[in-house]
Amino acid sequence: MGTCLLVTIQVDMYDQLAITLQNDLARAIAAQDTNCVLLDISALEIVDSFIGRMMANTAAIGRILGAETVVVGMQPAVAITLVELGLSLRGIHTALDVERGMALVERAAAARG
Amino acid sequence: MTDAVLVDKQACFPLGSDLDVLAARRGVRDWARDIGLTTLDSTKVVTATSELARNTVVHGGGGMMCLELVRRAGRQGLRVKFNDHGPGIPEIGRAMTDGYTTGGGMGIGLPGARRLVNDFEITSTAAGGTCVTIVRWKV
Repeated sequence: MGTCLLVTIQVDMYDQLAITLQNDLARAIAAQDTNCVLLDISALEIVDSFIGRMMANTAAIGRILGAETVVVGMQPAVAITLVELGLSLRGIHTALDVERGMALVERAAAARG
Repeated sequence: MTDAVLVDKQACFPLGSDLDVLAARRGVRDWARDIGLTTLDSTKVVTATSELARNTVVHGGGGMMCLELVRRAGRQGLRVKFNDHGPGIPEIGRAMTDGYTTGGGMGIGLPGARRLVNDFEITSTAAGGTCVTIVRWKV
């Protein structure tokens, strides 16, 4: 098993920052033999359509590069708001916290053999 | 008239960049906190603000957001107005439909934002740009 990247977002996201993060992550996944990314968004007060799209893109790019992305720590109010906004985050794995996110990744790796 | 809307306080934010969107969002968040909106209601109105402020910047070519602390029949709320001088939205009915987009986005911004607030009003003309007003009332 390769390494897991733990990315904790601790600042308010604006669009350019989201794009930069997405690109940095793609580079980091490729450079470090990474097979999983845990994106910790527990400090994010909101996720709007742009940040949601960034997370979906990151997961899709990561998958192509051989890494599974798990979004962890989403606040309940953020989850409810996302669904009402109409963003379902299909194709993104989520977990309540980092520990559960790791377990999810390990199970997925075991299933792949 | 007890159902007249009174404005207690107002602050305006320029919207010209993604950093302006961030500042506008923070303004709404702080006022939501000040009047004691629940975490969920605050999250909803801040998220709606983020969508609409981005529309103003990206599709409207920039504009202004005015945030108002309002009161109606003793109930407090936040009213947020977004104005741009862009080309307007030719088909508002379609723009309010989920999945309809002309801007390369996902087409959830306007209808999604409407679901997150109590009141939603949009007017748009080719000459005068687009004006969106939302209100989230305190429960």
